[in-house]
Amino acid sequence: MISVNYYIILSAILFTIGALGVLIRRNPLVIFMSIELMLNASNLAFVAFGRYHELLGTKNFLPFNGQIFVFFVIAVAAAEVAVGLALIVEIFKTKKNINIDEMNSLKG
Amino acid sequence: MTSELIVFLVLSLVAISSALGMAFSRNAIYSALFLVLNFVTVAVFYLILGAPFIAMSQITVYAGAIMVLFLFVIMLLGAESLAPLPQAMPWQRPLAFILAVTLVVESVYLIFVRAKLDTVITAPGVAANSPESLHDMAMTLFDKFLLPFEITSILLLVAMVGAIVLTNREKRERVGHKS
Repeated sequence: MISVNYYIILSAILFTIGALGVLIRRNPLVIFMSIELMLNASNLAFVAFGRYHELLGTKNFLPFNGQIFVFFVIAVAAAEVAVGLALIVEIFKTKKNINIDEMNSLKG
Repeated sequence: MTSELIVFLVLSLVAISSALGMAFSRNAIYSALFLVLNFVTVAVFYLILGAPFIAMSQITVYAGAIMVLFLFVIMLLGAESLAPLPQAMPWQRPLAFILAVTLVVESVYLIFVRAKLDTVITAPGVAANSPESLHDMAMTLFDKFLLPFEITSILLLVAMVGAIVLTNREKRERVGHKS
């Protein structure tokens, strides 16, 4: 039978792959996607722990707490992507290149 | 091997391999499509965990809206694959792999050996997929979490205004010339 362990370990593995993507890739769009993957892994952990506490009947635990947190994380991720992609487009317009190694100055 | 375990293992295999495909594809468009596959797989996990509303918002918001935005920007900038430059820090890649392996081993050890979260997750009943369940969730969201909900709406407004201001360069320059 599947315990909550399995979901948390899957979430940890997905989070690590996201962190690895952030460290080894040079394309800022792919780095951004890796950040999304990390957010998604944390969402999976939230839902799994929410189900865990629901089954355990933890005191003071509202039945949808975990899911509502995931809902907020999804909304924040959408906002973050809108601003981040606008920034990447703007950097591309200024530098004609979006290699992450060349973004070492704050001057335009 | 119960059928639940088989379903879980197959789905997590798809999720992990699509995440690896995302991180290691040379072409950014393939990365984006692998990430869509990963999001859909995680949505299936949400269904198994009894969260149908979250699963559907995952598919519409993540796999729909966000990834379409990503693909649009990749194709707009023509950034499918960047010209390989000499690595600024050649030790970064092996170090990243070592750190990643350490993180996985540590977290698996901590979760399996120390946390002992071995409560069995049972399949959600029919009640989890009924309209009443969504009604209960909405009551929690708009009652206990009303303030965070309103703050989220302000955050989305700020993000929208910020994105428009950042990309609207021509107008900004014209205003700059006038003054």
